[in-house]
This record gives sequence, C-alpha cells and structure tokens, in this order.
Amino acid sequence: MVPRPRPSARRAIIAVPFLAAILLAMRLDRGPVRTSADATRPGFVLREAAAEAGIRFVHRRPSFDPKIAGVEPHVAALGAGVSVTDVDGDEWPDLYFTNSRFGEPNALYRNKGDGTFENVAAAAGLADLNRPGEGVSMGAVWGDVDNDGHEDVLVYRYGYLSLFRNIDGHRFEDVTERAGLRRWVNSNGAIWLDYDRDGRLDLYVTAYFRDVDLWHLTTTRIMHKSFEYADNGGKNLLFRNLGGGRFEDVTDRMGVGSTRWTLAAASADFDADGWPDIYLANDYGPEELYRNEQGKRFVLTTAGLEAESKSGMSVTLGDAFNRGRLDAFVTNISERGYIFQNNNLRLNELRTSRRFRNVAEGAIADAGWAWGAQFGDLNNDGSNELFVTNGFISADPKQSYWYAMSKIAGANARFFEDAAAWPAFGNASLSGYERSRVYLNRGVAGWVDVAERVGVNDLLDGRAVALADLSNRGAVDVVVANQNQPALLYRNRPDSSNHWIGFRLIGTRSNRSAIGAEVTIESGELTQRRVVDGGSGFASQNDRRPHFGLGRREWVDRVIVDWPSGARQVLARPTIDRIVTITEPVR
Amino acid sequence: MIPGDAVTDATSAGRLAVAEQGAFARFRQRASQIDPRYLIAELITLVLLVAQFRYHMVGGYSRLALALGVCMATEALLSWFDRGKVVNLQSAYISGISLTLLTKPQGGALWPFVIGGFLAISSKYVLRYREQHLWNPTNFAISALLLAAPSKVAVLSHQFGNDLVTNLVIWTFGLLIAKRVGVLHITLTYVASFLVLNGLRAVALGQPLLPELAPVTGPMYQLFVFFMITDPRTVVKGRQRQMVVAMLIALTETLLRLLSDRGVPMPIAFSADPALLSLAMVGPIAKWLDLRRATRVGTPS
Repeated sequence: MVPRPRPSARRAIIAVPFLAAILLAMRLDRGPVRTSADATRPGFVLREAAAEAGIRFVHRRPSFDPKIAGVEPHVAALGAGVSVTDVDGDEWPDLYFTNSRFGEPNALYRNKGDGTFENVAAAAGLADLNRPGEGVSMGAVWGDVDNDGHEDVLVYRYGYLSLFRNIDGHRFEDVTERAGLRRWVNSNGAIWLDYDRDGRLDLYVTAYFRDVDLWHLTTTRIMHKSFEYADNGGKNLLFRNLGGGRFEDVTDRMGVGSTRWTLAAASADFDADGWPDIYLANDYGPEELYRNEQGKRFVLTTAGLEAESKSGMSVTLGDAFNRGRLDAFVTNISERGYIFQNNNLRLNELRTSRRFRNVAEGAIADAGWAWGAQFGDLNNDGSNELFVTNGFISADPKQSYWYAMSKIAGANARFFEDAAAWPAFGNASLSGYERSRVYLNRGVAGWVDVAERVGVNDLLDGRAVALADLSNRGAVDVVVANQNQPALLYRNRPDSSNHWIGFRLIGTRSNRSAIGAEVTIESGELTQRRVVDGGSGFASQNDRRPHFGLGRREWVDRVIVDWPSGARQVLARPTIDRIVTITEPVR
Repeated sequence: MIPGDAVTDATSAGRLAVAEQGAFARFRQRASQIDPRYLIAELITLVLLVAQFRYHMVGGYSRLALALGVCMATEALLSWFDRGKVVNLQSAYISGISLTLLTKPQGGALWPFVIGGFLAISSKYVLRYREQHLWNPTNFAISALLLAAPSKVAVLSHQFGNDLVTNLVIWTFGLLIAKRVGVLHITLTYVASFLVLNGLRAVALGQPLLPELAPVTGPMYQLFVFFMITDPRTVVKGRQRQMVVAMLIALTETLLRLLSDRGVPMPIAFSADPALLSLAMVGPIAKWLDLRRATRVGTPS
C-alpha cells in the first residue's frame, strides 16, 4: 500500500491545480485560447463617406420636464432613426433621418444617383416635425399605404403618431387625423405588415413609456417596475388598414397589446403557415412572439423566448446559416464587471420543435450596450454578416454611471419606478465610447468581429442601422444614425470576384411595396431566404430590395417568392449581378 | 344559531385549537431536531426553485449541472485524498447552487462554473489555518473570478424580478432559518450596519438616501446575508465577536463605496461588488485572528 503523504504535502499537491485554475481564469479573461473563426480576408472594406456624399445630418436629443432632469440623459437617449425608401420612384434608395429636439428638423436625403444626396425634407414637408404639443420624432417607417405607387411614411414619436401621404414623390400631406391615427404614443418603433392578407398594409406601433406627456409630467413614477419583468410600459397598438385612407385600432381584438416596454418589432412568417407573425424585443423583459392565426387573432407563444429575460434593444431577421428560414438576432446589454446579458441569436426551429434556439456565444454574444443590428451579406459570399451599433451615453469618459446603476438595478421596484429617486446622472457616461461590431459569418466556425479590420472604428453612440445598395451596384452599404451625434455612411467595397443578385418586388394582389414577401434563392448547395422589410432593427428600415450574395456561383437555379397574398411565384435562372424586377402575378 | 350549538362549536373549536397547538408543537419539535445544515440547504433550494420557476434565472440547466457536479466531485475527491474518507457533500451542494445563482458569465460561457466550482471547494483544502478553512467557499470563488476574469464574469444583479413578493418570501424563510440556525444576529447586525453606515455616507456626500440603501433589497444581498456571512464554518466564535465582524464587513463595504463615489481607480470588482469583496477581505482575517486567539488561550476552536 502506498503511504499517504503528510498533511502539508497533501495541501501542496492540491494547491497546484488550485493555482492553475486561477491562472487559467486570468488567461480565459483575455479571450478564448484558440479562435476557430478566421478573421483574415473578410472580403470587403467599409469606408465612412457621409460628408463626401453630402449627408451632414446631426441628431439632437430631446429635453423633458425638469422634474426628471436627474435622469434626463437616460430618458432622452433615444430618437436617432434612419429608414431607407425610394421616395420619388427613381429606383435610387433615399434616406430619412429623424431628429428629436424641438425645432430641429428631420432630414430626407434624396439619392441623386451619382453618389451624392440632397436634403429635400423641407420641400417635401417632412422636416419640421418636432414641435411642442406634438412631440419629438423617434423614427419612421415607409410603405405604400394606399397602393398608389408612392411610398408613404409613418413617423413615430414620443408624442403623436403622424402619417404622411406621398402625393407625387416630392410632396407629402399629413393625413393622420383623417386616417384615425392621431394617437399619443411614446414609441420607439413601428412596422408595416399585412396581417390579414387583404392587400393593404396594416400598422403595428410599439410603445415604451406609457402615454404620459414627458414635457408636462403629473408624476415622476414613470419608470419600469422591474429590471427584468416590467409590464408597466406603454401599450403596443395594431391598426388595421380599412382602405380609403382610414385605419381602425384592432389591438384588443387581435390580442397584441403588450405593455412590456417594447423597443423594436419585426414581422415575418416564422412558422411557415402563410401568415405574418410579430416578434418583439422588449426592454426589461423577455422577447415575445405573437403567432398570427390566419388573420383572425394573434396568440402569444412561448417558443423558448420566456426562458431568458434581458433588455432587448432591437430585433433583426435573417437566414443566419442558410437553412431557408428566418432567424432572429436580438441585441442586449453587456458591461465588463457589471452585467453580461448577452445578445441572442435565435435559430428558428418552429417547424420542428416549436421553439427558437439561442446559439449566440463567444464574440457575437457581447457587443457592449448594443442597439441596432442588421443581417446583410456584406462580402457577397452567400452568408449573412451582422452589423451591430452600440454605446449608450458618451459624456465624461472619466465618470461612469454603472456604479450608480448597480445600486438600484437589484433593488426592490419601489426604489427605481420613481425617476426622481434615481441617482442624478450629471455628466457621467453609461457604456459610452463603444466601438461598433461587424461580425463575419464563418458558418460552423462561428462569428468573428472584423470591424476594425474592415474600417469601422467610430466610437459614436449608434442607435439605428440600415442596409441599402445605395449605388445599385451589388454592394450593401451601411447607414448609421447616432444619438446626439452625426450620422455615418459606410460605403462598402466587397470582393469584386463575388456575384450577387437583387430583387425589386412589386405587389399587385399584395401590398404594392411587397412588404412581408419572402424571397428564397437556390444556387447549387446555397439556399437563402430574405423578407421584404417593413421595419426592423432599432428605429430603422432597410432597403426593401432583397440582396443576395452568391460567392463564386455564376447562376441562380431558382427564385421562390412567397407573396403576402399567399401566392407563390417561381423564377428559373434569373440574370445575376443585377437587380431583377419581379411583379406579382395578378391571378 | 341556538346557544347549544354555540357551546358545541366552542368546544369543537377548543379541541381544534388544542389539536392545532399539538400539531404545531410537534412540527416545532421535529423542526428543531433537523440538523441546521439541512435547513440551510433547504433554504437555498427554495431560493433556486423560486428563482428558476418564477424568473428562469438559472440561465440553462447545464450551468446548474456543471456547478453542482464540479463542486460535489471536487469535494468527494479532495476529502478522500486529504482525509481518507468522503465527507458529507451538503456543503458542496450549497456552494454549487450559490455559484449557479450568483455567476453571470459573458456569452454563455460555462468555464466559470467549472473553475468557480473547483476553486470554491479546493480553497477549503488549500487556504487553511489550524486545520480550518478561512474563506466561505462560494465567496472565495466568486471574488477570485471577479478579480481574475472581470471581462468574462459578473455577478447576479437584477434577476429576481425586483418585486416585493419574492423579496418577502426569501426574507421570511431566510430570517426564520437564520434564527433556527442561531445566526440571525449576524444577518441583522450586517443589515443594520449597512443601513446606518450607508445612510451616513449618503448624508456626508449630499446624495439621495434611497439609492444608497436600495442595494440591500436586491437578490445578491439576500444570498449574501443568508448564506455567506453566516457560514458556520467561517464565522468567528462568540456572538459578540460575530456581530463585530459583521459590522466590520459593512464598514469595509461602505469604505469601498466611498472610494467608488470619489472615483478612486481600483479593480472594477470593488465598485461592482463591494459586499462580496469586503467579506473576502475581512472574513478570513477575522477568522485567522480568532483561531490564533483561541489557540493562545487554549480553548478548542
């Protein structure tokens, strides 16, 4: 029998793995021991070119009732939105930015087709929208509400909703009152969808604060009642488009009036039953999926989303791993030492297991205090990348509000539901000066951040991000609206040896904007699906022309379009390296 | 109701009351016979169940399985190696659950539960004085992870839903069990010291009072006051000394908060989790002094 070592020797033996474990933790703190995803040769370069393109938009944040001055930097930290549209029907994508201070104008940048833009918001009647009594803009979403061939716009505010009808591609008229949409909603998001498949775009508006007037508060108890399970936010609203320029509030009838501090929504037919569902990213609460039951009602389904409660900031949809399904990426908050809520990449497995499965890990899970994000094939290799903006409040870099936040975040609700009880912000930063992330998709090897390598190194407080092929050349450019800071335009230069194809969809039986149409391409072993965007990300809307990278593939076998009307259209061998126009068959 | 019925009712009620008193007395008697360590294990299991079924707080059963598995396997292995027999694994069970509840890693990483579990248990066998361990195992593991890997590990912040009912359930059961186990004075001394010292701090700095008192209502503090500072194996001997140490922990925490208020540069864990770090600093020193004193005066420790 082997004699037992003496006690001191036994302790020394145990101390070896003990110390090794501490050293290993220190090593792992610096990152994984071995990175499987390859960050070299991302296959694209992004160059900031806003000023060069004539885009000089600077967002200004709002000011509110002095009674909540202590937390105003926090409450007023949203509002920089950007949406892509073709306002004048010239087939060049235009950009609309929202501003959030009384007297500061929104901007509509018309794409001149030569790489430059001109601000035509004032002439169009879409500039002066931030006025006392009306509220301040938080974002906008475009769609052809009356199917007349011109893109109309809904501006959502902390204040009244406003619907503007596009008269002739150059001028707009305010039709809010006539449409029955003059409602005060403290909203940070809205999407168009045709939930009842009647060929007319319906409107879903998300609400954040309940419908208080933030400039004339009667109480300062306006904040969330939980950092995790708050349901005392504003009530989301669904408006059915009745035709004739009128809308009807069907929120209660359809069962979609969540009061969970929703920051973003997106819609697609997740369960492939032919009816568009609604996915919500909620702050201070779990995400929600409302399944559409044949346009008759929506049912809140668990789908695995209830298992994690975080701070959903945005939701974007994309086919993450080319499975022919639309997955969801939801951004959240992470801050070194204080909190790791981690972003969610939820794979859509509704058809097989009735669930979404969260597979976010490693780099993709932590993008700081992440805001808007979008899927897009930035290098045209046939896989989606992810562009993620971040940073909450960049003020004094030497002062952080996180320590103050940590005191109240764990406390009983009574301590923080009252905005006046929060520690004063002063000039502190809160997750400020964060660098945007650009995640390269390496399939099973994972996602790797290549932001600095491809030229994205701004430290601005990003909110909305929208993707668009601004020059119709097969390159997905990136537009970022920053809070209280200048907007950015990242021009993309993808690997020129990769092929691509884009689609411009025109609905006939479906809404003319084709919002909600889902396009699937098949090219050899590549299958990928995209949805025509009626609003997604955070306070943003992408180019509504689905863009697919093809890599070295020189043809597309099939294109399948599932129109919102329920019609399915199949195209064989379309011409690649161009934007193909597809019109929905009338019958 | 006729009088006879009333008399009958009164008699029945009396019998019922006597029967209930008897049942209560039997319950109390049985409860008093339960090993206090089991009560602590039961309380933390209750916390785990409430946290998971009401708030899905665990964040994945793989975390729980790993933390529990590593803690219990490490305890079994090291106790066999060090003492020649496998000890009761209840302490490892409590450490595993505490780690699961408290550790919030970046990006769904599982390694903090493995390394944390191993550090918690092995610290009991490595960091010893006079054959007793000095640190509460979970407190040591969490503090070590926070200092060694602040970019990957954070601590539970607001995952209990912030609502009053959950607070009340945990505080009620916690206080009852703390009383039964005989450590209620430690919990109450710490809480009272926290409130007084941080109230004074708020007044001294001219800050609003409520945010400074708010942390103690949070979930991390519930685990802290019921499972860490009251750990029978690492507290000092003697009721008064235990209360003094609890006060010193609160005082150290207040000083750390004061440094954070002043923006003094220090590792982020000291700002983010001053309570845990205070216990990690004060607790072992107090225990070491206590063991040393006990040896000098010849009393068994």
